[in-house]
Amino acid sequence: MPVPEHMEFFIDPSRCIGCQACVQACSECDTHKGYSMIQLDYIDRTASTQTVPVVCMHCDSPTCAEVCPADAIKRMEDGVVQTARKPHCIACNNCVLACPFGVPKMNTHMNLMMKCDMCYDRTSVGKKPMCASVCPSQALFFGTREEIEKLRPRSKPINHFRFGEQIITTKVNMMVPKEAPAEHVDVTAVMYEPAIGQDILDDLLMTSLP
Amino acid sequence: MATVPVETLDIIKKFGPHLARANATRLDTGVEPDRTVKTHCCFCGQQCGIQLLVKDDQVVGFEPWMEFPFNRGKLCPKGVKRYLQESHPDRLLHAYERDALVPEGFKPIAYDRAVARVAAEITRIQSQYGHDAFAVLSGASLTVEKAYLMGKFARMCLKTSNIDYNGRLCMVSAAAGNKKAFGIDRAANPWSDILQAEVVWISGANIAECAPITTDYVWQARENGAKIIVVDPRITPIARTCDLFLPIKPGRDVALFNGILHLMIENDWLDHDFIEQHTVGFDEVAVHVKGWTPQRTAEVTGISERAIRQAAEWWGTAKTSFLMHARGIEHHSHGVQNVLGAINIVLASGRIGREGCGYATITGQGNGQGGREHGQKCDQLPGARDVSNPEHRAYVAKVWGIDPSELPGPGVDAYEIFRKIDAGEVRGLLSICFNPIVSLPDNNFIRRTLEKLEFYVAIDFFLNETARHADIVLPGSLHEEDEGVVTTVEGRVIKINKAVDCPGDARQDWRIIQDIARQLGREQGFTFSSPREIFEELREASRGGIADYFGITYEKIERQYGVFWPCPSEDHSGTPRLFEEGSWNPVAKGKGRFYFPDGKARFNVARYTPPAEDTDEEYPIILTTGRVVSHFLSGTQTRRIGPLVDHYPEPRLEMHPLLAERLGIVTGDWATVESRRGACTLRVQVVKTIRPDTIFIPYHWPGRKSANQLTISAQDPISKIPEYKVCAVRVKKADKPPEYVSELEPQQ
Repeated sequence: MPVPEHMEFFIDPSRCIGCQACVQACSECDTHKGYSMIQLDYIDRTASTQTVPVVCMHCDSPTCAEVCPADAIKRMEDGVVQTARKPHCIACNNCVLACPFGVPKMNTHMNLMMKCDMCYDRTSVGKKPMCASVCPSQALFFGTREEIEKLRPRSKPINHFRFGEQIITTKVNMMVPKEAPAEHVDVTAVMYEPAIGQDILDDLLMTSLP
Repeated sequence: MATVPVETLDIIKKFGPHLARANATRLDTGVEPDRTVKTHCCFCGQQCGIQLLVKDDQVVGFEPWMEFPFNRGKLCPKGVKRYLQESHPDRLLHAYERDALVPEGFKPIAYDRAVARVAAEITRIQSQYGHDAFAVLSGASLTVEKAYLMGKFARMCLKTSNIDYNGRLCMVSAAAGNKKAFGIDRAANPWSDILQAEVVWISGANIAECAPITTDYVWQARENGAKIIVVDPRITPIARTCDLFLPIKPGRDVALFNGILHLMIENDWLDHDFIEQHTVGFDEVAVHVKGWTPQRTAEVTGISERAIRQAAEWWGTAKTSFLMHARGIEHHSHGVQNVLGAINIVLASGRIGREGCGYATITGQGNGQGGREHGQKCDQLPGARDVSNPEHRAYVAKVWGIDPSELPGPGVDAYEIFRKIDAGEVRGLLSICFNPIVSLPDNNFIRRTLEKLEFYVAIDFFLNETARHADIVLPGSLHEEDEGVVTTVEGRVIKINKAVDCPGDARQDWRIIQDIARQLGREQGFTFSSPREIFEELREASRGGIADYFGITYEKIERQYGVFWPCPSEDHSGTPRLFEEGSWNPVAKGKGRFYFPDGKARFNVARYTPPAEDTDEEYPIILTTGRVVSHFLSGTQTRRIGPLVDHYPEPRLEMHPLLAERLGIVTGDWATVESRRGACTLRVQVVKTIRPDTIFIPYHWPGRKSANQLTISAQDPISKIPEYKVCAVRVKKADKPPEYVSELEPQQ
């Protein structure tokens, strides 16, 4: 059974508290028990507690599948991009290097690329994915567009992303502030600047040292 | 006698903590569980609903319980991985007796022999030194039934006044403050009221790490338009995106609350009708806060005057609000004053007892609420009754079938019990659900006192660090091996359901207690055959008390997804929100909403005093302690769960770059922290998310990694809570890694 079209995945990094419940729950998913397909990292722990959860964005034209020489990565009709099929995957790492979101990871132990398949065993039978079920902050949300619009009036979902000249449309949505214009952020723009508003922190915590 | 029988490393080799990871059936895909058990998490006071999957009498995983209304399937990483505590390699399967001649320090003995020895030692100590020479330490992670039984066991069977519990390190400041102001100790509101609040004020609560499920309530309130104010010395994950962050200097919370009330009065942001009709004592408090000008408040709290004024304006002008606090303001030698200060700004606003108008302390332990209501606290009898009150004594004595004169009077708090051990007044100890050598402050003192005990029996499912000092260890039950009720952060009584049987000789804790009573020849009152029978007696024992459970049944809990106490009769559905207009309670008897004879809430003058140990030239830095998201309290369970240890393996010392630079320290360096009580060498994490005058260490680890080697045993004079959140230390870079690095695994 396909994942119903009206059920969508929404990520809101501003809500993430870095608790790793998603990472821990992902490894309980029945299709890849013991392995988590989610990466969750601090942006810069010295500067902030901000963390970002990374799940597969399930692209309409998945770069990972396009660069796969073995045709091991399948995009289903419902838009879910599956993890590599074991007999096909030759562990060449093309997908790992090519994915603009940095999602696929090579399991060297199994010689197999593994990535998030949106808990296909769950979502295809009407359940929510493990990560979005447990997420305490609901930074990861699975539901309908009507629900998210009602629950998050301050934000809007986007699913178009630009990486240099490449424009990617994804099944998974990213929540961004409603009023803010869609920005085209060039990676190099933040390479030489602090990631977060450090001046604000300095102001807040400026007290006399002991 | 109760020294550690052999080298700690030898004990660890046999009893752990070792790490459990998913293997075998727990890793197989496509496993069809034999049964799915709806129950709750074994850790914090949120008590999230969870379904445990059982195959061949082993818990093999979990499935989110989407219908349970509090968490709707949500879980933190501890809840997700808690199933790995079951079938654990460290699980105690036998009774053990200390024996310095065996390599691991303890040898298995027959359960009956162990119980006989416990009874013989209790009899010997009590006949030689008196009833009070044997003490009982219990815990608030036990079900209500067990907590009730522990109180009854100590007072009726052992006839000792010396019983207290680990909620002494947790909920007592909030409890005392709530009783003084409201006459009742329970969160005033269900969590659904957070969603309607225009302002959510969070003081001293690291919600994202210690009560993670509350995060979604806070974020959802903001989506609905709420302003979020966070008061904390650290920019915790919940503070990162709040609307106003007040970086308070540890130990100064009451000053901030007084400063806010000062501004509320100055700007007339008060609910005069509410104050007049439903409270007493406002005038005296108003006079007291006159001196708390924004300038003075800023000087004392280390928060800018502008931020204080902004907070006061948002709080003062809101139409609805929810104020919550946790150990951050309660773990102080003036913790009760902090709580009273917080309640004063709630009462002055008049925003309580209505939809969207709330106040709560965020309970720490699983049964932090229920565990403090039914008589395992040194001054309390079931139903939140007072052990010094003749009427209360008579009522409970009648339920127990004894004469009131047989009931001992009030005992002393958990820390004082250790001082009594030190003084030779207490010679024997029974502990359950408590790991004081990790969790109590100045724990080098605790270790020395344990060594003075003539006899110590510990009941636990793993050999916790304190139990290493025991003469006899009795194998108790895990959360998933028993049933019973627990009262959550909201005051909602929920039901824990059994998933698997106890392994080996292990048995349910209430059976062990009854076995000891029988062996002592005092089994009258200890012949229950199930938790349900205990609960039926507890319903009667709590009847008519403030914490009235009489109308609660196991069936009603299952039917309603929990029952909020008070629930005085079987046709009553419970009380989600306290202090509503027209509400009735057994103290006011219709005279008003609050639990005093006149029905009115009390303003209390909340006095500021500096921490017991302020910084000075010798010890110039403030140490504050707390938790991380992947561990729970003293870590007896979470330090045995592999994926949780991977997440946060060892304590790290957090300090601001300005301080780190002065000390010549960078992230990854080892640094030694010294207080007047001890020293501790840890790896440093330099972060801009903490005040530069303060360092932070999480406290979940034992021995040489323990933050509580440094903390001070100063206590609040009213609640007796220890001052974990402030003491004075000095820090220097360490030349080399500490010895434990080569000897111990991270979790040990």
